[in-house]
Amino acid sequence: MSENERYSRQMILPGFGLVAQEKLWAAKVLLVGLGGLGCPALQYLVGAGVGSIGIMDADKVSTSNLHRQLLYSETDIGQLKTTVAAKKILEQNAAISIEIYAYAINKQNALQIIKDYDLVIDGTDNFSAKYLINDACVLLNKPWIYGAVSRYEGQVSVFNLGSLNLAQPLINYRDIFPQKPHSGEIASCETAGVLGVMSGMIGTMQAAEAIKIITGIGKPLYGRIFNYNLLEGNIYEIEIVKIKDAPTIDQAFFNTMHGEFDAVIDCDALDIEIEEINTATFIKLRTNPNIFVLDVRERHEYPVIDFSHAQIPMSELQQAIFDLPEKELCIICHQGIRSIYAGQLIRAKRNLKVYSVKGGLTAYFNKVKA
Amino acid sequence: MKILFFGSLTDVIGEADLCLNGIADTDALQQFLKAQYPMLSSAKYFVAVNQKMISENTLLKPSDTVALMPPFSGG
Repeated sequence: MSENERYSRQMILPGFGLVAQEKLWAAKVLLVGLGGLGCPALQYLVGAGVGSIGIMDADKVSTSNLHRQLLYSETDIGQLKTTVAAKKILEQNAAISIEIYAYAINKQNALQIIKDYDLVIDGTDNFSAKYLINDACVLLNKPWIYGAVSRYEGQVSVFNLGSLNLAQPLINYRDIFPQKPHSGEIASCETAGVLGVMSGMIGTMQAAEAIKIITGIGKPLYGRIFNYNLLEGNIYEIEIVKIKDAPTIDQAFFNTMHGEFDAVIDCDALDIEIEEINTATFIKLRTNPNIFVLDVRERHEYPVIDFSHAQIPMSELQQAIFDLPEKELCIICHQGIRSIYAGQLIRAKRNLKVYSVKGGLTAYFNKVKA
Repeated sequence: MKILFFGSLTDVIGEADLCLNGIADTDALQQFLKAQYPMLSSAKYFVAVNQKMISENTLLKPSDTVALMPPFSGG
């Protein structure tokens, strides 16, 4: 097959041509996460002829992936995503060079792997990984393309993209969100839900940004964050700036910030079903003498509440499980996500009746106010 | 002025937008919103006025549009 024929429809575009095509072929892109964002991004990068692609994911294909991760089929369930993805990519474009990393990004491997690539696409579904990618890219002076979804909304932005004006410090993720949210503070797709087309659009936009950056065509989404609301059909773009009090990311900062990467909870406990109760039921239950109300928010979280019997932050819960009384537990947190994990952590060790307050204090205060 | 909320903040507020008037600046606006919606105090977000992120207190006019944008993590 003639390579020029394969790429002819994009090469005839104004401003593209053979020059841009050769830049794509010479480029090395690392894709972290092969889920709802990573799958479409990968398929379009391969289609466009990006010559070298690293794919990184520890997960195996599961049934609940299939509605949005269209690279995978029913027969792939149970297989490593990287293995399946590599096979399908080579069917799509055999000349592409693929590097497989069948494990999660972490503090130990991030710098070592990212240093060999020109840019990173973030297809991850958690803040630990996003902050790790950001901090590693800042240290290594590499651009990265952020993408994320929240129900029917999606965000895209490019961070740390160098320009000719090297004197100007580059904008990174910590300029807009200096601190990583706590686990459970912001819902994931697993708990909040997502439409396949939503992550598909955002992942495809990330691939588009990668193509623009590599070839130098157009204007990258650097210094602005793009927000798309699928239900409303609205786009809202915000110009972002370098802030004065954003943390300086150096090697020492990197080492301190990414210590807590290991999961608090082991995988078996994640299968334990925790009964959720709504705010109205919680209000009735909480005065019952057999009920113990446990607040699992961290100590700095507001507002302070006066109706819990104890506050044991999620980060300290593991050590305190055997101090809990022989009562039925109503666990409450910010949004009702951490409280489920806390319930699972407790149930894995103690035979207590456990309820999680659905919607957490957010739902509670909305109900009380109404 | 119009206040827009995105992502998880629409759960905290119960609406995607509000119309408020008589608030002098972005600090006063955030104080007002946190008093009305206590869960906003622990939420992470940045503030933009007329589609530009702000990094310090900013005076508000009735014609301004303020956005509160949280980070998303789903994929």
